[in-house]
Amino acid sequence: MSPKTLYDKIWDAHVAHESEDGTCLLYIDRHLVHEVTSPQAFEGLRMAGRKVRAPEKTIAVPDHNVPTTIDRANASTMTEESRIQVEALDKNAKDFGIHYYPVSDVRQGIVHIVGPEQGWTLPGMTVVCGDSHTATHGAFGSLAHGIGTSEVEHVLATQTLIQKKSKNMKVEITGKLRPGVTAKDITLSVIGATGTAGGTGYVIEYCGEAIRDLSMEGRMTVCNMAIEGGARAGLIAPDEKTFEYVKGRPHAPKGAAWEAAMAYWQTLFTDEGAHFDKVITIKGEDIAPVVTWGTSPEDVLPITATVPAPESFKGGKVEAAQRSLDYMGLTAGQKLTDIEIDTVFIGSCTNGRIEDLRAAAEILKGKKIKVKRAMVVPGSGLVRAQAEEEGLADIFKEAGFEWRLAGCSMCLAMNPDQLSEGERCASTSNRNFEGRQGYKGRTHLVSPAMAAAAAITGHLTDVREMM
Amino acid sequence: MEKFTKISGVAAPLPLVNIDTDMIIPKQFLKTIKRSGLGVNLFDEMRFDRQGNEIADFVLNKPAYRQAQILVAGDNFGCGSSREHAPWALADFGIKAIISTSFADIFYSNCFKNGMLPIVLPQEAVDVLMKDAEKGSNARIEVDLESQTVTSSDGQSFKFDVDAFKKHCLLNGLDDIGLTMEKAKSIDSFEAKAAMERPWV
Ligand code: SF4
Repeated sequence: MSPKTLYDKIWDAHVAHESEDGTCLLYIDRHLVHEVTSPQAFEGLRMAGRKVRAPEKTIAVPDHNVPTTIDRANASTMTEESRIQVEALDKNAKDFGIHYYPVSDVRQGIVHIVGPEQGWTLPGMTVVCGDSHTATHGAFGSLAHGIGTSEVEHVLATQTLIQKKSKNMKVEITGKLRPGVTAKDITLSVIGATGTAGGTGYVIEYCGEAIRDLSMEGRMTVCNMAIEGGARAGLIAPDEKTFEYVKGRPHAPKGAAWEAAMAYWQTLFTDEGAHFDKVITIKGEDIAPVVTWGTSPEDVLPITATVPAPESFKGGKVEAAQRSLDYMGLTAGQKLTDIEIDTVFIGSCTNGRIEDLRAAAEILKGKKIKVKRAMVVPGSGLVRAQAEEEGLADIFKEAGFEWRLAGCSMCLAMNPDQLSEGERCASTSNRNFEGRQGYKGRTHLVSPAMAAAAAITGHLTDVREMM
Repeated sequence: MEKFTKISGVAAPLPLVNIDTDMIIPKQFLKTIKRSGLGVNLFDEMRFDRQGNEIADFVLNKPAYRQAQILVAGDNFGCGSSREHAPWALADFGIKAIISTSFADIFYSNCFKNGMLPIVLPQEAVDVLMKDAEKGSNARIEVDLESQTVTSSDGQSFKFDVDAFKKHCLLNGLDDIGLTMEKAKSIDSFEAKAAMERPWV
């Protein structure tokens, strides 16, 4: 048999039907659902008189719209439209008999944090969700695609997705990371190197010593942003760390089923000599703590750099860079560390896990913030509970951070957590698009440690100086 | 779904690269539970000021382009989120085809589900069509899906690639779910086999 990549193996194991032209029906093992991209899909099922084919493989949780303030049980904290969307999900989950974590449940949180936490995401699976950051689940060696609402409806009705196979791309991060450099810096640096369209048409497998050395949380951060590089999905081969993380989770296999699963999971790696259509290698030691200066995730620079001149780019990017600088209120040549920050946001499916909160708390311990506002929005109710148990919540609160309930919050600002016009934010989320965190809001993407450092000094800061 | 065969229409030039889904339809409009009616909010933050007044120099506000059926855009169009609200808004506005050097993956497949045709052409071709689009409402660009060609107002033709299955569905206005359900037997037998091989799933 010819050697296969990890992607090839998972793909081959899930093709339910293949047409002559290579169009496949890919069987879906887990379908995650949230309130924003699903109402129209359920409506479509109702109109056509269709059922959910595999309700036991379908898991729903509201996250995008829900308020994260402590008083959220009070319905008036939600706008009318948001309430309608959340209620629609309540009803759809009930009517169609799918697993559901309502807002009142301690297990509620961002869909991409809840899935792995509850053991729904397992190695070798296919996972989809009507959300581009579904790529997160690739950290377990599962093939995870973001899909649109029509596809959500398609998966609900048929448990399959119409797909053609993508190309294979390998992103290898060799050697060790330097102190102060995190998974977020890896993933941003990769996008900086490839551009936001660099991964278009590919599924990326991340590998190399620096990736192996990451915790599961870190690997999820890396895969989460595969989509910002344009890739269909990001993957990391499962290993002992993966199995350790999965073991004992509520929906992970147990007993004999665990043994059988383990035997299979251990075959999930790229064979020696397997073909990749594109290979990118980055030395771990070359990666610095980075920030974004513009309005595309590819606008990445080491924190020690200066704001670039638009003329230094090529083609359509010159105009885009000028537009970014105008939007961001920055001038070419300005030192990144001189950029003053109004707000710090720690959270999102990129960096809302326990390890992220630990990294930020480590920097914040015994210090006070200088920015106007700072908030921590844990990725799930369980992350929040654990952080409280570990004393992290107290560190945040004493430093002057707001300590919120779980949800997407200011990552996309669909709930009241928004930046105002011109407000500048150091954010651990994944998108710095115009208006992403609020109309005319300005976003600098950073790691949790870098966000904490900026909170203390009031400007973008090299976290290594605080370690 | 409406069939797509051939259109001839005004093309609006949007030379920016990386036009993302947040630009196409900002999140405040994602709170709907319907598919229709999003066209008025297409490119909302570029098209209107905070008071809701039109920003005169945004292309779709110019008289020549108000009825545009085609967009010619910079590289990596539709990057960002998976929100189908982006193609819904474009389709609701009246856009039927989008031409660029590349599209983000999820956006690209979302277009087909909504009767819209995303067309990938090399930079030189996009440059020609961009120039053509800049001529305003007198320049009509023709898109013919059957023959897979785009023709500029002065008769320059460019051939484009499109997946045969996607083309077939678009030409005939076919609904994916109905088509897949015809293959229910394959799905049943796959499920039975998978239940043996990977019972823990
Ligand atoms: S945290 Fe942000 S990126 Fe993640 S699912 Fe929520 S809105 Fe999307």
